[in-house]
Amino acid sequence: FVTFTRTRSSISTFEKQYVGFATLPNQVHRKSVKKGFDFTLMVAGESGMGKSTLVNSLFLTDLYKDRKLLNAEERINQTVEIIKHTVDIEEKGVKLKLTIVDTPGFGDAVNNNQCWKPITDYIDQQFEQYFRDESGLNRKNIQDNRVHCCLYFIPPFGHGLRPVDVEFMKALHEKVNIIPLIAKADCLTPNEIKKLKDRIREEIDKFGIKVYQFPECDSDEDEEFKQLDKELKECTPFAVIGSNTVVEARGQRVRGRLYPWGIVEVENQSHCDFVKLRNMLIRSHMHDLKDVTCDVHYENYRAQCIQEMTSKLAQDNRMESPIPILPLSTPDVDTEKLIKMKDEEVLYKAWSCGQESPNF
Amino acid sequence: MAATDVDVFSNEEKRNLSLGGHVGFDSLPDQLVSKSVTQGFCFNILCVGETGIGKSTLMNTLFNTMFENEEASHYQNGVYLRPRTYDLQESNVHLKLTIVDTVGFGDQINKEDSYKPIVDYIDTQFENYLQEELKIKRSLFNYHDTRIHICLYFIAPTGHSLKSLDLVTMKKLDSKVNIIPIIAKADTISKSELHKFKIKIMSELVSNGVQIYQFPTDDEAVSEINASMNAHLPFAVVGSVEEVKVGNKTVRARQYPWGVVQVENESHCDFVKLREMLIRVNMEDLREQTHARHYELYRRCKLEEMGFKDTDPDSQPFSLQETYEAKRKEFLGDLQRKEEEMRQMFVNKVKETEAELKEKERELHDKFEQLKRMHQEEKRKVEEKRRDLEEEMNAFNRKKVAAETLSLSQPLKKEKDKKN
Repeated sequence: FVTFTRTRSSISTFEKQYVGFATLPNQVHRKSVKKGFDFTLMVAGESGMGKSTLVNSLFLTDLYKDRKLLNAEERINQTVEIIKHTVDIEEKGVKLKLTIVDTPGFGDAVNNNQCWKPITDYIDQQFEQYFRDESGLNRKNIQDNRVHCCLYFIPPFGHGLRPVDVEFMKALHEKVNIIPLIAKADCLTPNEIKKLKDRIREEIDKFGIKVYQFPECDSDEDEEFKQLDKELKECTPFAVIGSNTVVEARGQRVRGRLYPWGIVEVENQSHCDFVKLRNMLIRSHMHDLKDVTCDVHYENYRAQCIQEMTSKLAQDNRMESPIPILPLSTPDVDTEKLIKMKDEEVLYKAWSCGQESPNF
Repeated sequence: MAATDVDVFSNEEKRNLSLGGHVGFDSLPDQLVSKSVTQGFCFNILCVGETGIGKSTLMNTLFNTMFENEEASHYQNGVYLRPRTYDLQESNVHLKLTIVDTVGFGDQINKEDSYKPIVDYIDTQFENYLQEELKIKRSLFNYHDTRIHICLYFIAPTGHSLKSLDLVTMKKLDSKVNIIPIIAKADTISKSELHKFKIKIMSELVSNGVQIYQFPTDDEAVSEINASMNAHLPFAVVGSVEEVKVGNKTVRARQYPWGVVQVENESHCDFVKLREMLIRVNMEDLREQTHARHYELYRRCKLEEMGFKDTDPDSQPFSLQETYEAKRKEFLGDLQRKEEEMRQMFVNKVKETEAELKEKERELHDKFEQLKRMHQEEKRKVEEKRRDLEEEMNAFNRKKVAAETLSLSQPLKKEKDKKN
């Protein structure tokens, strides 16, 4: 009590107005750290484009220790497989459940007609599974296996996009976030890279392919951020190099490739766009990729699915729909009350822990 | 027709003589050389590889010149071959160089038929030569030989192994043309990866029975270098027409932020090896192999197809002359038979038409007769009528005359009566 009266006079006007919900970000942070994150990344492209090496470089781990590569003869009639690798990695207390979806065999056969079909089927299956789970009665432990991002590797040996690249991206651009990359960029001089990037951007526009767009930065961001953001956007598609080996360069040990004429450093921004890709993919836009997947691609799928089902139902009244198609979007009144109560509780608790006695 | 070199004198008794002095026939090779230099040389290269893999750049680098070339598009419907011929000269040696490009190779989604245009092109060049060879009046010395002497197959530097398309295509080509596989854009593979890659490629080629060109090791002058080069296949090449200053020299190179790849530096890539082997050492052997092995195989298959054989059922060697005569007789016989048939047909047709015409003639005749008769009938009738008319007229006239005379004689009579 004494303390109370003593400090009362020293309470500033600021503190009088301070409510405390500014701590929400911290709460979100804490809760998310506790919950952990998950991310599903798909890599697609012909064999030999450096996909595995790049994934290893991105996540600084070795996911592909004992894989078996097929011979040319075996690949003549190869079909596309879908292989998932799941790893749990942790950094500064933040846990990430990373799933890499591999697509070996894509574009490797002599006849590649519809070789992207297994991939689109896989993505649709994940959507379908999530749709069922979401509409089910017990939604406590929904596993989100939806593909959040697809890195597509374009070979650097050509003059631009090839028919198989165009067809693949067009088949997938409305199902998943596509990030096209120029693979093995250490085969191109800076001029050649610029020319190829311009050509690819042109062709993407020309063929109407919708690749993942970085969200516009807010107008109140500082100039430096805006400049970085602009540079990032003009740099696409990223020209990347990956490496599984560490070499000695300029007195440091870095990931790189050793050639007789020099050393290519993966993380040197004047050598390739690896750092930009990593920053974008992991450090700044990972969550946005998930959001776009949930809010755009999944919603498109869901809406389409429902439309198909209602039209089917209209034709055939006897059909039992496994999924309730009445509007589920508004939760019922009881649940809402409960949520509100719990939120208030949390707020009060956090506030009382972090603050002095309430100023009632 | 033997395709390999046969020692013509092996069945005869050979006697080695030693010469008492310098005769001078050791100048024969020089005479041959000077003749061939005057004639000029001809060399045809086929470049097979995906669009953008560096075929044109490598050709420019190899021959140190800029062959005009537009960038090919990735959206061709199929593969087509584009031959271009150039006249080059170095010292006093003229070279008629033809470079054949495969446009659109590897771009289609379905590549099952990609090899066909290439095989067809090679066969067509063989066929043209064969036709010239079989002519009665031929001018082989003047003939522009378009047969492909070497196929450079460009392998993409994936670092893993051959692509399925590469395997399929090389299998179709290995019996028709000398193949030298090369790894293109090799500045994207590090030394250790390259070593593994080369081994993998060669083992895949061997295990699938693909016959690539082996540099010949039977000629002692070049056997050593050729043998060592054979071990370096496939050559990992880098091409460039741009010049970069390295130290105090200007060399052809590619400039990267991390270093400069020099085309002619043997520790950077195998370009120099390729140039040595392809142009400076084995060009003539490639031409020979094309003629003696690939062309002969083609010719034999083609002629067998046409029905020629080397030995008849009694295993007696046929001479081409006899076979040719027999074929010719057969052909002429066929021709004659056909002529006969046609003639018969013609004769029959003529007969038919003749008969028709005769029939018509007869009909015409009949009509004529009929009409004639009718005409005569009419004439007779008309004659009759005329006679009748004449008679009537005569009768009338007589009556008239009689009447007149009567009237005349009557007054006389009256007068006579009066007188009396």
